[in-house]
Amino acid sequence: MTELLIKNGYVFDPISGIKGDKTDIAIKDGKIVDKVSSKAQIIDAAGKTVMAGGVDIHTHVSGPKVNTGRMMRPEDKFFRGSYRGGIVKQGKRMEMGYSIPSTWKTGYAYARMGFTFTNEAAMPPLLAPHVHEEFRDTPILDQSAMPVFGNNWFCFEYIKNKELENNAAYISWLLNATKGIGIKVVNPGGTEAWAWGENCTTINDPVPYFDITPAEIVKGLIEANEYLGLPHSVHIHGNNLGNPGNYKDTLDTLRLAESYKAKNKFGREQVLHNTHIQFHSYKGTSWGDFESGAKEIMDYVNSNKNITVDIGQVTLDETTTMTADGPFEYHLNQLNHIKWANVDVELETGSGIVPYIYDKNIKVCGIQWAIGLEVALFAKDLMRVHITTDHPNAGPFTKYPCVIKWLMSQKAREATLDTMKWKDKVIAASNIASMDKELGLYEIAQMTRAGPAKALGLSNIYGSLAKGADGNVAIYNLDANKLPSDPELIEAAFQNTAYTIKEGIIVVKDGEIVAEPPKYTLWTKVNGIPDNAQLMHDLKEKFDKNYTVNFENYAVFDEHVHNPRAIEVEVA
Amino acid sequence: MKTITMTLVQEPELYLECYSVTPDQFAGKSLAEIADLPAHEGKIQWKLGDFFKFEGKAGETAADTKIVVNGNVRKMKRFGQKMSAGEVVINSDADMYIGGWMTGGKITVNGNADTFLGIAMEGGEILVEGDAQNYVGSSYRGDWRGMSGGLIRVKGNAGNDIGTAMTGGTIIIEGDAFIHVLTHAEGGTVIIKGDVEGRVGGQMVKGDAYVFGNLLYPLPGFKKVATVEKEVDGATYTFDQYIGDLGERKVKKKGEIIYGNLYLKK
Repeated sequence: MTELLIKNGYVFDPISGIKGDKTDIAIKDGKIVDKVSSKAQIIDAAGKTVMAGGVDIHTHVSGPKVNTGRMMRPEDKFFRGSYRGGIVKQGKRMEMGYSIPSTWKTGYAYARMGFTFTNEAAMPPLLAPHVHEEFRDTPILDQSAMPVFGNNWFCFEYIKNKELENNAAYISWLLNATKGIGIKVVNPGGTEAWAWGENCTTINDPVPYFDITPAEIVKGLIEANEYLGLPHSVHIHGNNLGNPGNYKDTLDTLRLAESYKAKNKFGREQVLHNTHIQFHSYKGTSWGDFESGAKEIMDYVNSNKNITVDIGQVTLDETTTMTADGPFEYHLNQLNHIKWANVDVELETGSGIVPYIYDKNIKVCGIQWAIGLEVALFAKDLMRVHITTDHPNAGPFTKYPCVIKWLMSQKAREATLDTMKWKDKVIAASNIASMDKELGLYEIAQMTRAGPAKALGLSNIYGSLAKGADGNVAIYNLDANKLPSDPELIEAAFQNTAYTIKEGIIVVKDGEIVAEPPKYTLWTKVNGIPDNAQLMHDLKEKFDKNYTVNFENYAVFDEHVHNPRAIEVEVA
Repeated sequence: MKTITMTLVQEPELYLECYSVTPDQFAGKSLAEIADLPAHEGKIQWKLGDFFKFEGKAGETAADTKIVVNGNVRKMKRFGQKMSAGEVVINSDADMYIGGWMTGGKITVNGNADTFLGIAMEGGEILVEGDAQNYVGSSYRGDWRGMSGGLIRVKGNAGNDIGTAMTGGTIIIEGDAFIHVLTHAEGGTVIIKGDVEGRVGGQMVKGDAYVFGNLLYPLPGFKKVATVEKEVDGATYTFDQYIGDLGERKVKKKGEIIYGNLYLKK
């Protein structure tokens, strides 16, 4: 029976409404409790900031696409492989890579930033075993993954025929087969169209052969998601990502959620999570007159409670873009001519990978940087707006502390603007220079823990310091009453915690990994779906006719799934 | 300019990574401090002083420091890596990555150099009195940014993949080369005074290749456009000018399409 007491820290916990009060946090047997005995180990957090362990709602850190990125970019490791983290007992594992770090670096670097949970943003169902194998090799972090459904032939046909129950039965079957957590949608219809050399750039472009529109796909999946009462909502990367003028398509996508209400037992309020919204908030008609559409997008998001977003902040780094949005990656390669990988995943999805340099001396990159920050600064409810870099698409997750610095300090934003070659043009095409808002630690806790955990439907376990939650805590070297005037010190504090605690065990102390306790794979188990003869018939037919694998060999084997922790839902 | 002489006293068992041997690292340091600089043999970290004895004096700045390396350093890599100024003279054959990522200064190898000579070099000068192996002035594996400036002169022969993904600077091979010259290049000049087996300028967008001897297998993506006189490395010759790679994407500058050039001496 282990007990831990964190005393005297400034606690920020939006889930229980604690706003920087000096409160003690007690952990017993891995869970947050009201009090512990006098034998508890005591951590003195005086003069420090205490938050729940961070929760990343959208990050590409595990799986075939990430690994292809690692293979096609040996130069991403170059001159960047000297640091050995981990604990001595296990041989101090090499931490390699920058934008596509090794599994070891992924686990250690997140833990050093105080994060204890990540949600893999796109799992191709057929290749799910690879995702779970990387989970096993990623230390410390509890992880989940979202299978992609937005270009899946089964869903297309069920939605087109308005067979909600069959679609829901298929989704719950696939979540079980892949041990996935929820429904991811990437460029709905567009990736399938790409297999025909086409794309869907608006929500009304029909998908070739299937004759279904992105709007129908998204609505059909929202209906199934709420019918099942899944912990997370539909998680969307919409159509026409990354193109000037796409904010109108984004608003069209967001409006699809208007007629739906969240139905679940997890306290989730939204029915649609629009991920990396920065990439979807572009005005203008070309790269020449490109400008920020963050105001228009956030005006809508602010007034519609059934939507959550994450920002997808551009960090101005050399990085690696990777997405199931195959046509977008082709398009990007035509712009930068570096190198390109492209994959089609049978009946399910596709993907592409292209290295990309967000250069502060390129006007468009500067405006993209501004848009991400504007999204957060225009937001009225930061529980619904989460910090991400769409790792590694807009920048590596190791830059979250830098993003936090920009959000907390106008001085830091001005300093970055001052380094841009086209500063005046960036200012003219965005709102960033006129925004003097500076977020506080409570808002940062909303954006990095409480908000994403609530949107994922996991706030009773993660992102919370309320009684009963997992004992995941981050303690930062920041005096909440006397924040440093030098914003670089804010970044440094968020880069390396004083302590990171995972299920009551100290895993990071003074920025060094000191323990690697067991970790979990979270997935959603749907109970109560009646036997569905139609689904079984369709599965058999598609596996016989179209798949390259047998039905019997498709599902993830139990021994693939590392320490599964099922979130159970009951369908009435 | 102050000169510091380092002489081999102990051969490494494996290959030794001499990334610390640069005027930038030596400048302003005492002999004892220099002998303390790190070097890797596999995963084992040693000190330079475990293999070399040092004499002379380092300058206050890199530009004021000349390093002379004596003894057989055939199994030692990365001399002059990332150096920005000053001079390195190697009186021996040397192994891989000599002058990689260098931005200035001069390296002379009085012997042969192995693979990756001057890769991703940005400026300065490398002179090899003997032969060089593969990837002279190329990009690092997987990278798309090759040599961007400076001069590499190899008095003997070179191997494959010369100037891959090059964007600027000049490479002169006074002897022969094998295959793959200026592949993926977007600038820069490669002059080969001997024969070349083939594949010059594959997927080249921009850049100039000169072949003085016989080009055995030219690529089909090049088209002859003119016969020109050009001054190359201090003398004037007549060349047949070819443009290409016609199968690759085209870059326009001021409305005109830019091509890569291949000049074959008549």
